[in-house]
Amino acid sequence: MKFDTPAAKNPIDRLKVVGKATDRIDGPLKTTGLAPYAYERHDKVRNPAYGYVLGSAIAKGKIAAIDLAAAKAMPGVLAIVTADTAGKLEKGQFNTAKLLGGPDIEHYHQAVAVIVAETFEQARAAASLITVNYARATGNFDLAALKDTAVKPVADGPGGKPDTAVGDFEKGFAAAPVKLDALYTTPDQAHAMMEPHATTALWEGDKLTLYTANQMIAWSKGDVAKTLGIAPENVRLDSPYIGGGFGGKLFVRADAILAALGAKASGRPVKLALTRPFMFNNTTHRPATIQRIRIGATKDGKITAIGHEGWSGDLPGGGPETAVNQTRLLYAGADRMTKTRLAVLDLPEGNAMRAPGEAPGLMALEIAMDEMAEKLGIDPIKFRAINDTQVDPEKPERKFSQRQLVKCLELGAEKFGWDKRKGPGSVREGRWLIGMGVGAGIRNNLLMKSGARVRLNQAGIVTVETDMTDIGTGTYTILAQTAAEMMGIPIDKVVVTLGDSDLPASAGSGGQWGANNSTSGVYAACMKLRETVAQRLGFNTTEVDFADGKVHSGNRSIALGEAARTGEIVAEDTIEYGDLDKKYQQSTFAGHFVEVAVDAATGETRIRRMLAVCAAGRILNPKAARSQVIGAMTMGVGAAMIEELAVDKRFGFFVNHDLAGYEVPVHADIPHQEVIFLEEEDPISSPMKAKGVGELGLCGVGAAVANAIYNATGIRVRDYPITLDKYLDRLPPVA
Amino acid sequence: MKAFSYERARTPAAAAAAAERTPGAKFIAGGTNLLDLMKLQIETPQHLIDVNGLGIDKIEPTPEGGLRIGALVRNTDLAADMRIRRDYGLLSRALLAGASGQLRNKATTAGNLLQRTRCPYFYDTNQACNKRKPGSGCAAIGGFSRSLGVIGVSDACIATQPSDMAVAMRALDATVETVRPDGTARAIPIADFHRLPGATPHIETALGKGELITAVTLPKPVGGTHVYHKVRDRASYAFALVSVGVIVQKDGSGRVAVGGIAPKPWRVEASEADLPRGAKAVAAGLLAGAKPTHDNQFKLTLVERTLGAVLAEARG
Repeated sequence: MKFDTPAAKNPIDRLKVVGKATDRIDGPLKTTGLAPYAYERHDKVRNPAYGYVLGSAIAKGKIAAIDLAAAKAMPGVLAIVTADTAGKLEKGQFNTAKLLGGPDIEHYHQAVAVIVAETFEQARAAASLITVNYARATGNFDLAALKDTAVKPVADGPGGKPDTAVGDFEKGFAAAPVKLDALYTTPDQAHAMMEPHATTALWEGDKLTLYTANQMIAWSKGDVAKTLGIAPENVRLDSPYIGGGFGGKLFVRADAILAALGAKASGRPVKLALTRPFMFNNTTHRPATIQRIRIGATKDGKITAIGHEGWSGDLPGGGPETAVNQTRLLYAGADRMTKTRLAVLDLPEGNAMRAPGEAPGLMALEIAMDEMAEKLGIDPIKFRAINDTQVDPEKPERKFSQRQLVKCLELGAEKFGWDKRKGPGSVREGRWLIGMGVGAGIRNNLLMKSGARVRLNQAGIVTVETDMTDIGTGTYTILAQTAAEMMGIPIDKVVVTLGDSDLPASAGSGGQWGANNSTSGVYAACMKLRETVAQRLGFNTTEVDFADGKVHSGNRSIALGEAARTGEIVAEDTIEYGDLDKKYQQSTFAGHFVEVAVDAATGETRIRRMLAVCAAGRILNPKAARSQVIGAMTMGVGAAMIEELAVDKRFGFFVNHDLAGYEVPVHADIPHQEVIFLEEEDPISSPMKAKGVGELGLCGVGAAVANAIYNATGIRVRDYPITLDKYLDRLPPVA
Repeated sequence: MKAFSYERARTPAAAAAAAERTPGAKFIAGGTNLLDLMKLQIETPQHLIDVNGLGIDKIEPTPEGGLRIGALVRNTDLAADMRIRRDYGLLSRALLAGASGQLRNKATTAGNLLQRTRCPYFYDTNQACNKRKPGSGCAAIGGFSRSLGVIGVSDACIATQPSDMAVAMRALDATVETVRPDGTARAIPIADFHRLPGATPHIETALGKGELITAVTLPKPVGGTHVYHKVRDRASYAFALVSVGVIVQKDGSGRVAVGGIAPKPWRVEASEADLPRGAKAVAAGLLAGAKPTHDNQFKLTLVERTLGAVLAEARG
C-alpha cells in the first residue's frame, strides 16, 4: 500500500480497540518467566556450549602476539577463535569498528577472542589464561582538546546535512539588542539496558540461526551475512523478546558474530552474552558533545538570530552526534545557522542512543532558551510561545503536519502550577531550595516502509506475522489492537508473531518510528485480508463492515471465521510512503515540567514532581504510551543528574564500566510522574494517524531538570551531568 | 571464576587454623562482595572456608553494659535490633544507608568491615593496581578519581574503604574480636583495624594470616543525638561521596566520623574538641594534611558543609 495522500476516514477511526488503554498481551509471559529471551532458548536449542569474549586491554595499537596454549589446555574448552583463525570477516554496513579485532586494535575491550567451553565458568576461567602482548599506539581520547581538529562530516547522515544556513546569522546576531552566547557540554552515555547483548547461535549445514536480541532484524540479517561472508538466505535471526535496547541493539554486535564463529569452530550451538563490565566499552554509546548556542532577540522577545554548533567525536569512519538538528525546526528566527563538526577519537564506537541528536541537543538548547528568557525578563513559556512557528523555519513552504507545542507548554503550566514559580534562589523549605523548570521537546516522525502478513483461520483467529520487534515498548499489543480493530474482533482473537527474519520485513524498532510504521504495515495487510474475506463471502467489498467478530453487509452477517472455512486466508502487504514527509514537517512535541529540591548544605538534588504534556498524533495504547514516556522521563533525569561515562584520557576507555560506577536512577530518585497526551490525529503521517512517543518522552527533560536546579539555587550549570561538585561552592553558606 | 575447593568450618578456631594451613584460602560468609570479585577474577581463592554455620550470629549484652555483635549477624538484623536502634542509632542508620535490602539480608557484620574498595581501577584487571597486584602501580592516580580518597592516601594507592557501617563503628569506639589459628583470641580497637595504604595497599587490615573475626563489641551507650548523613549522586543504592556520622551531647561535646574520603573510617579525636566552634573548625582538624586530586577536591568542601548540616540537625 502506498500512502501518498493524507488519510481519510478508515476502519481504525472507530477506535473500539485502538486508542484504548490496553494491558500488554505479552505481559503474563514476561511476569511468569515464559517469554524466551536470546540467552534462554531452551525451547529451540539443546545442549549449547558457552561462549565468553576476551576484550582488548588497550585502546589503540596492535596485537604483537597472542598465546592460547594455556587456555586451550583448560578443562571443558572446545574452541578458541581469534582474528587469526576466524577466516575472512567483512565489516557490517552498520558497524564502524570491527566486531573481532586483531591484529589491529581500534578501541578498548574490542573483542580479540571468543572462548567456547562446556560451561560458562570454564570459558571465563580459560579466557583469563590467554596472554596477549600488545603494542600500544598513541590514541586520541579527549574531545575538548581535539575540538579544533573537528571537520565537517563528509556524508549526509541520517540527520541530513551537517550544516544549514538561512539569512545572515553573524550579521543578525551582531545586530540583536539582546544576546546569549554560551557553551554547553554533554557526556558520553551508555544505554545500560537490562538485558545485555546476547545470542544463541546454531549451524545446520550452511544455515545459521541466531536467536538474538536485536531491534532491526532486516538490517542485521544483512550485516550478519556480510560480516561472515555467507548468503543472506542462509541467515535467520529470531528475536521475539528483547530486554531493552535504547538503540544499543540496532546493529549486529560482537555477541552475534562471535557466537556464530564459536559455534562453527566447536561444532556445537553456542550461547553468548556480553558481561556487564564489558558492555560499556565493547558496544556503542551516545557520544559526548560540546555545543555552542547563540541566540539574538529583540527586547520584546522575538528571536532574530539563532545559531547552534555541535562538536562530537567518533572512530575513523564513524558519524557525528547530530545535536544541532532540532534547532533547525524548533523556533522561529530570520537569521539562522547550524553546524555539525566531527573529531576523530579512539574511544569505543559512538552511535545511536534513544533520541540521538535531540536528547543532547535539547539538553543544551533548552537551557539556552531559559537563559535567554531570563535575560529578556520574559517567562520561559511565553518566550517559547512568542517564537513558535507553524512552518519549517528553514523552508517556510513546509508546514508542520501538526504542531501543538504551545498548547503542551500552556496546559502543562496550568496543571503543574507554574504560576507559583518564583525567581531564582528564592523559595526555601527548611534546608531545601525549591525550584521549577520547563523544557520543550521535539522529535521527528520518521517514515519507514513496513511489511506484515496476516492469516485468518476458521476459528476466526487472526495471526499477525512480521519481523517487527518489541523491545519492551508494547509492540505486540498495538499490533494486536490494530488487527483487532481492522477485522472487527476482540484483541484476544489476535495472535502476534514477531522478530523472525523469515517473516515480512518491518520498520523495526528505533527512532520512535516503530509504532506508527509497523501498525501501518499491519493496517495494509489487513486491508488486503478484508478484501479477500469479503470476496470469499460473496460481498461487495465497498459496503462491508467488520464488527463483533462478524462481517456485515446489507442485512447479512456472517462470522469472520466462515471466510476461512475452505482454508486459511493469508494476506501480506507493505506500507510505503510517498512524499508527504517532504511536503510537510512531521514532528512530535512535548512540554516537560520538573520541580526539584536542592539541599542548601550538601547540594544533593532530589526531583519532587514531573509532568510531561505530549502531542504525538493518535495514541494507540495510552497505557503503553504512558509507560514509554515515564521511562523516558526517568532516563532524562539520569542524563541531567548522574549519567556519565568517565573517560580515562590517558588510556582511552570508559572507566566506570559497570552499574555500580555508571549510575542510572533508582526508584528513590523518581517521584510521581504525570503524563498528559493532547488530543491529536495526524492524517498526514499514516493511515493510523499516529506518530511515536518513545523518544519524545526524553526530549527536553534534561534541560527542564537543569532549569529547575537553576530556579532553585540561582546557579547555572552548563555541563552535564549536574552533579553537586559542580555547584557546591556556590551554594549559600551553611548556617 | 577459577575452580576452588570448599569446606564448612566447625568452630571459629578450626576455621582460622584451616585458613592458615590451606594455600589461597578465604573465608566466605554472606559472599556479597567476595563472589562479585571472584566472578571478575579480582579475587581468585583456591579454597573457600564457609563460616556461616559457626553460630556466631547473636547480639548479646556484655558485662560492661555494651553489646557483643556476632560476626555473622546480618546487616538487616543488626540495623533492626531494638537495642541497637535505641542506644546506637548511628549504627542502625549507617547500615540502612548502605547497599540494598537484599544485600543487607545476606551481608554480615564482619564481612561489612572487610569489604574491599570500589575504586574503578581495582575493578578492571587490565589496569595497574597495587591493591590487586602489588607493585603494578596505581592507575587511579592521574586517572578518574572523583570517588576516591582525599586523606590517608599514599603514592601507591588512593582507594577508599566503602563501608557505611564502619563509620558508625568508629564513632562508637567498637572493638573487633578475633580468633587466631592457634586458638587464641584478641581484641582490636576499630581505630587500629583498617590500615592506611602506605607502600603496601594490599594489606588492608590488622588481621594476621588465618585470623577470623568472631564479634564486634560496642561499649556502654554514650547517649547523645545520633545523625548519619550519606551524600551520594543518587538517592539510594550508591556508595558515599562523603558520609558524616555524629554523636552530639547536650553539652555540645561529641564525636565525628567520616566515610568516603579515606582508606579507613576517618576520625580525628583531637578535632572533636572544636565541636563548640562549629563545622569549619572541626573539618579543618579532620582534614589537615589532605591530598585531594583535581577530581575529588570537592570532597573537602562537602565534608565541611555536610558536617555543618548534620550538627545543625543534631542540635535541633
